[in-house]
Amino acid sequence: MDQTTLAKHSADSLAARTRWRPLEILFWLAAFATIWLAPTHHLLLAEIAILGLFALSLDLILGYAGIISLGHAAFFGFGAYTAALLAKFEFINEPVLALIVAGFAAALLGFVTSFLVLRGTDLTRIMVTLGVALVLREVANQNGWLTGGADGLQGVTMQPILGRFRFDMFGHNGYIYCLVTLFVMTMVARRIVNSPFGLSLQSIRNNPLRAAALGINVNARLVVVYTIAAFYAGVAGALLAQTQAFASLAYFDFDRSADLLMMLIIGGTGYLYGGVIGAMVFKIMQDYLSTLTPQYWLFWIGLLLVVIVMIGRDRIAGWASPVRDLLLKLDMAIHRTRTGS
Amino acid sequence: MSVVLETIGLEKRFGGLTATNNVSIKIETGARHALIGPNGAGKTTLINLLTGVLKPTKGQILLDGKDITAVPQHKRVGLGMVRTFQINQLFGDLTPLETLTLAISERNGDGLNAWTNAGRKAEFMPEIAAILERFRLADVMNERTAILPYGKQRLLEIAAAIACKPRVLLLDEPAAGVPEGERHEILASIAALPSDVTVVLIEHDMDIVFSFAKRISVLVNGALYVEGSSEEVARDPRVKAVYLGEAHDA
Repeated sequence: MDQTTLAKHSADSLAARTRWRPLEILFWLAAFATIWLAPTHHLLLAEIAILGLFALSLDLILGYAGIISLGHAAFFGFGAYTAALLAKFEFINEPVLALIVAGFAAALLGFVTSFLVLRGTDLTRIMVTLGVALVLREVANQNGWLTGGADGLQGVTMQPILGRFRFDMFGHNGYIYCLVTLFVMTMVARRIVNSPFGLSLQSIRNNPLRAAALGINVNARLVVVYTIAAFYAGVAGALLAQTQAFASLAYFDFDRSADLLMMLIIGGTGYLYGGVIGAMVFKIMQDYLSTLTPQYWLFWIGLLLVVIVMIGRDRIAGWASPVRDLLLKLDMAIHRTRTGS
Repeated sequence: MSVVLETIGLEKRFGGLTATNNVSIKIETGARHALIGPNGAGKTTLINLLTGVLKPTKGQILLDGKDITAVPQHKRVGLGMVRTFQINQLFGDLTPLETLTLAISERNGDGLNAWTNAGRKAEFMPEIAAILERFRLADVMNERTAILPYGKQRLLEIAAAIACKPRVLLLDEPAAGVPEGERHEILASIAALPSDVTVVLIEHDMDIVFSFAKRISVLVNGALYVEGSSEEVARDPRVKAVYLGEAHDA
C-alpha cells in the first residue's frame, strides 16, 4: 500500500467514526414515533428522556474522561432550582431561554468544583463529589426563604414554550420538549466526543501519564469536560423542574446520584447511548415491577446489575453478535451504495 | 556544536534516598547520547526530571539555554522534548491511527477543538500515513491498541513520540522485552531518525548502545560516574569494574 492510499484509508477510517449507524437512526425514529404511538405514556417517557440526558452527562465525565462521581445530583438540583426560581419570580418567562440559563448556572458551579476532582484517586473523587452534593442540599434546606426548604419550591407557574406550546396536564408538550432537548444535546455530545478534544479525553481516561507526555494539559481538559457535563446535568434538572413546575431537596439526594450511576452501568459507558438505554431499562423495570411488588422492585434492579457486572458486557454483546454482524453488513451495503463504489 | 540540553547540579531525593546526585550533563544538538548504568543507577529518574514528571530537589534544567526547571510536563513537549517509556504507556482503547491523530492534533494546537471530527484535517493525513508505514503499523491501524502484539505496541510507543515531532527525544529502553527477531524493526526505526533530532537513549543491551551512541554517560548510584565518547567509555576500566562487579564492593 503506498502512502497516498494509506493517507486516504486513514482519513476514511477517521471519518467512519462519526458515520450514522443504522441502529442509531432506528433509535431516534422509534423515540420520535412514541410522540404519536404512545400518547398515554408521555409522563413516564418525559422522565426517561430527562434521566437519559442526566446519565449522558455522567457518561461524558465517566465514560469518556474517567472521572467517577457519586454526587452528580449537585448539578441536576442546582439547574432545577435555578429554572424553578427564574420562572417563579418571572425573571425569565420563556422556558427554553430559562433552560439555557439554568445550564450555564450549573456549568459555573461545575467549573468551580472541578478543581476538587482533579487530584486524587477514584475513592477521593467519590467522596468529594458526594460531599459537594450534600453541602448544596443543606444550603438549599437552610435557605427556606428562597427555596421553600423541606417543603420544596412551590408556586411555580410555567409559561408556554417559545411563547406558543403550553405545558398540558397529560405531559404531551412537556415530553416533546424533553425529547427534542435530549436529541439536540446528544447530537452536540456526539460532535464533542468525536473531536480532537474528545479523543484527548479518551486518552486521559486510558493513561493520563502518557497523555501529558504527548503535550496534553490533563487538568485543563478535565476542568473543561467537567464544566460541560455540569451544563448537561443542569439542563436535565431544569427540564424536570419545568415539566413538574416544582423543585425539591430530593433533586440533590444521594439516591439520585447512585441511581444515575446504576443506569449508566446498566446501559454501558463510553458510547453516548448507554445513559438513555439504562434510564429506559431502569424506569420501565421500576414502573412494571413496582406494580407487582411495590416494596421489592429494587431487588430485581440489583440482581440485573450484579449479572451485568459479573458476566461482563463484552460477553453479553457476544451473544448478540449474530444480530450485530447482520446490522454491520447492512451498514456497509448502505455505505457502498451511497458512495457508489 | 551547540548545546541543546543541559543540567546543572541536578539532584532528586526521595526521603533518605538520593536518586539523582549532583548531575551536570551537556547534550549537543543532534547528539546520539546513551545513558547507561547498573539497575537502580537513577537513569529513569533522570528522564523523569528532564521531562517534568518529577520536580528536582535542587539544580536546573536548561533547554536551548533557557531554564525550564519550573515548566510543566505538557509544555516541555511543546518545546520539543519528548520521551518514550520503559514500560509501554499507551491508550488501550484507542487504535494506533487514533493515537497518532491525537498526537498530531495536539501538536498543531487543535486539541481544544471540540466541534469537528478528529479526522477532518486533510493536511495531517500524509504525516499520519508516513508514520504508520515507517513503524509498520499500517496493517493494524484500526485495531484496539490493547489487543496488539507486544512488538507492535513497542513500535507504537515510539511512533507516538515521533508524532510529537521532537527536537530532543528521550528513549527509555526502547527494545526492552522485545524478542530478538523483532528488535531490528525498532532499531532500524531509531537509526532512521533525522540527524537534527537529538536522541538520548537508555539501554541495557550493550550491542545496541555501542552501535548507536557516539557519546555515553555512565550513572552509578544517582551520580555521573564516567562520561566520554563511546570508544573511551568502552576502554575505561572503571566502567568494566562497575558492570562486572570487580570494584571495591567485592
